[in-house]
Amino acid sequence: MALLTLSPIAKRRWAAFKAHKRGYYSAWVFFICLFLSLFAEGIANDKPLLILHEEGVFIPAYKDYTVGDFGIDDGARSSVTVDYTNDEIFNRVVGSDEDATVIWPPIRFHYSTQDLSGNNPAAPSYTHLIGTTDKGYDVASVVIYAFRVSVLFGLALAIASTSIGVVVGAVQGFYGGLTDLIGQRFIEIWTSMPALYVLIILSSIFTLQGFTFATLFTLFLILLAFSWAGPVGAVRAEVLRTRKMDYVQAARVMGMDEKKIMFRHVLPNALVATITFLPFSISGAVTSLTSLDFLGFGLPPGSPSLGELMLQGKNNPDAYWLWLTSFVALMVLLSLLMFMGEAVRDAFDPRKTLGKGA
Amino acid sequence: MSHHPVFEIKNLQVGFAHPADSSQTVTAVNGVTLHISKGETVALVGESGSGKSVSATAALDLLPGVTRIIGGEITLNGEKMVSTDKNGKVSHCSISQLRSIRGNHMSIIFQQPLSSFNQTQTVGQQVDEALLIHQPELSRAERKAEVIRLFDKVQLPDPENRFNMYPGELSGGQLQRVMIAMAMANKPDLLIADEPTTALDVTVQAEILKLMKELQEETGMAILFITHDLGVVKSISDRVYVMQAQFNDGKPTGGEIVEEGDTQSVFKNPQHPYTKKLLNAVPKGTAKPLAPGAEVLLEAENIKVHFPIRKGVLRRKVGQVEAVNGISLTLHRGETIAVVGESGSGKSTLGNALLRLFKDGKDAELGGKVVLQGTDITPLFGKQMRPYRTKFQKVFQDPDAALSPRMSVLDIIMEGLTVHGEGSKADMEAQVKKVLARVGMPSEVSDRYPHEFSGGQKQRIAIARTMVLEPDVVVLDEPTSALDMTIQGQVIELLREIQEREGLGYLFITHDLKLVKALCHKVIVMKDGLVVEQGTVKDVFNSPQHNYTKALLGAAFDNVTQAF
Repeated sequence: MALLTLSPIAKRRWAAFKAHKRGYYSAWVFFICLFLSLFAEGIANDKPLLILHEEGVFIPAYKDYTVGDFGIDDGARSSVTVDYTNDEIFNRVVGSDEDATVIWPPIRFHYSTQDLSGNNPAAPSYTHLIGTTDKGYDVASVVIYAFRVSVLFGLALAIASTSIGVVVGAVQGFYGGLTDLIGQRFIEIWTSMPALYVLIILSSIFTLQGFTFATLFTLFLILLAFSWAGPVGAVRAEVLRTRKMDYVQAARVMGMDEKKIMFRHVLPNALVATITFLPFSISGAVTSLTSLDFLGFGLPPGSPSLGELMLQGKNNPDAYWLWLTSFVALMVLLSLLMFMGEAVRDAFDPRKTLGKGA
Repeated sequence: MSHHPVFEIKNLQVGFAHPADSSQTVTAVNGVTLHISKGETVALVGESGSGKSVSATAALDLLPGVTRIIGGEITLNGEKMVSTDKNGKVSHCSISQLRSIRGNHMSIIFQQPLSSFNQTQTVGQQVDEALLIHQPELSRAERKAEVIRLFDKVQLPDPENRFNMYPGELSGGQLQRVMIAMAMANKPDLLIADEPTTALDVTVQAEILKLMKELQEETGMAILFITHDLGVVKSISDRVYVMQAQFNDGKPTGGEIVEEGDTQSVFKNPQHPYTKKLLNAVPKGTAKPLAPGAEVLLEAENIKVHFPIRKGVLRRKVGQVEAVNGISLTLHRGETIAVVGESGSGKSTLGNALLRLFKDGKDAELGGKVVLQGTDITPLFGKQMRPYRTKFQKVFQDPDAALSPRMSVLDIIMEGLTVHGEGSKADMEAQVKKVLARVGMPSEVSDRYPHEFSGGQKQRIAIARTMVLEPDVVVLDEPTSALDMTIQGQVIELLREIQEREGLGYLFITHDLKLVKALCHKVIVMKDGLVVEQGTVKDVFNSPQHNYTKALLGAAFDNVTQAF
């Protein structure tokens, strides 16, 4: 289905989505925040955004440069990456205002920049707009990066678990019989495991070190193992229901093969049920990651994580900026997802968009 | 028979709040005036959307939520239930007055017996309640005796035991009898029957109508009978009001009564064009005789479909339902064979078995032999059957369910062509245009979606989807029973026209014998999976042998109450 030529049903769904004002504006706010957070390196960073130098144009926020790149021959140390936070090095390499035009990001701290100049956690000030954590990380910077990590992680987890759930549910509904029976019993046993404890055990088995892709991916797999079963039931039921519909029977009478019927007539119906649920599964995934982080079994210390920020707030109750910030950030994120979910639900409500004449 | 009216409606107007804008109202009923005398049966006839049921619920002042009476007068036994003053202000009688009227002086029977009962109480308790409210002086034992007497009166078998049964344990016909017993409990002056027999099989329908007539003779109550079925109207009513939905510039302006009068004279000499259209909608004529030596299209021998009943963890077979048990037929070019029976008789299963839609051993146990134009298709299923699918097609009962709501008309009709995939997309589109013309639809409709069409148009699209494959044999599974009467006639005409032009063989599955008479050459009467009677339409209709066939025929033609 081409995106540019919306079918009448898609048009009515879009209209129903827009009619849900709260959800519609939440979607705008959410996507603007997400878009901005994708450029977090240019918003909160301890490296300049842009340097116009006689040696050329540099974008340190997105690319590492060595001392040699700036035209300074420093012998063996020419290949050392420039540390822009050290004033001495900065002045020697980049030079003063006359030598170069330097544009800094609005927040001059990366989530991993430790500011050990004062007592930590430090209260909000001009340097640190919403204070620092007990290890001297800038809270504003951490929140921006943590927002990105949470949303992308949640999105990926929701899409992955929904995809697996749809496939498993469709296979069960489609083949029925013994496949269905075994699948159903397995899911019943699987979902009755105490997921949180198993998650905690698993994540302590895999010792996670450093905030790397591998760490995130391990956590992703652990959480995925316990979230794919969610949509299976709905998809299976929908497949079983749709297979009995007359228009599926009509396709069969026309000689269409079962696999094609599945993809053309049955799955689209089942997908509606899961799409409706997607915003809620994203918020579920965000909550899971945050809880693991809060309990100390998720992302390792020093990662940009809302859960860890919340843990810091718990450990430093006097530092109101810690718990308040993590609470507000989570609340806003989860509420936006929830409002969007309501609007999506309206959009896919057949009584609102497929009703007879109404 | 006294001619003082028991019940009168004058210039009743009912409106719904507009779905999008609650300050606006959409008129559903526009100026209905009717009266009913003691002992009289008055029919209110109309198609869906004509406002006939809304009028009935308005009469009880039972309108739901957003629906309101916006003008007019309702009088029962000379007492005003609803009145409108000169300024158009509507006043209702008090709630306590209403309560004493409802169920006491005026009762209603609904269309769906099962959903009209509370599933968690026995039917006895529910009838008992009607007595408790309006005759509080009776003791518990007296009430129970009275309920059992009522059950006996509505001819429920074994009334004592029925008292303690739950609604789910009774059949539709029995529940309808319980509902009548409940309505009759307080000897009402007026009984409103809102399509009381539409959900029932024809032979059961005849029994219920007969019962209502007997009860009326005994008690002298007036009956307001709401229906869309002209056969029922003709057999039961003294007078008839015909309602039709009115439109102004395509916008509905509410249902109006377009004709009223003595039932016999209205049927003999209808005045309003709409009444004429309704009466003419019943298809006339008989099937065109076959060309001599017509080619045999489909031969079925001793067809059996047995559905296994499985139980337990291992799904062991514990029994079977013999849905179709030994049916044989031969269908020639240009011929229509009717398969007639009531719900559950196995007639649709027979159609699906011939189409090879069951997998032997998995879905059902099959038996017999099916030969399509000389090819034995009995062992074929799925992929192997595909080459023969274009020749052997099916039209479904409910076009709403049979057309995917996500696909445009073009995609729906083209789907079959792409499955059997020859020709370019442009070729296929040209074929779609041609087939739309064959079913009497303009070709511009191909970009639109099913929900934009009326029921009759949707069925035309469904027929187009079938016809585009140029089949030789088509199974028509109740193709008109989900449609309004006037549209029913058009669809039957269309099917007949296509058959005459293209020489198709039809297997026409139906419960409506009127259609059989107009369209079919041969008829197979089925009951519980078995053939009860089989022969040419002429023979079976003129001299039915089996009692069941006689009952069906009696129910279908005119004198519904004399079916037995």
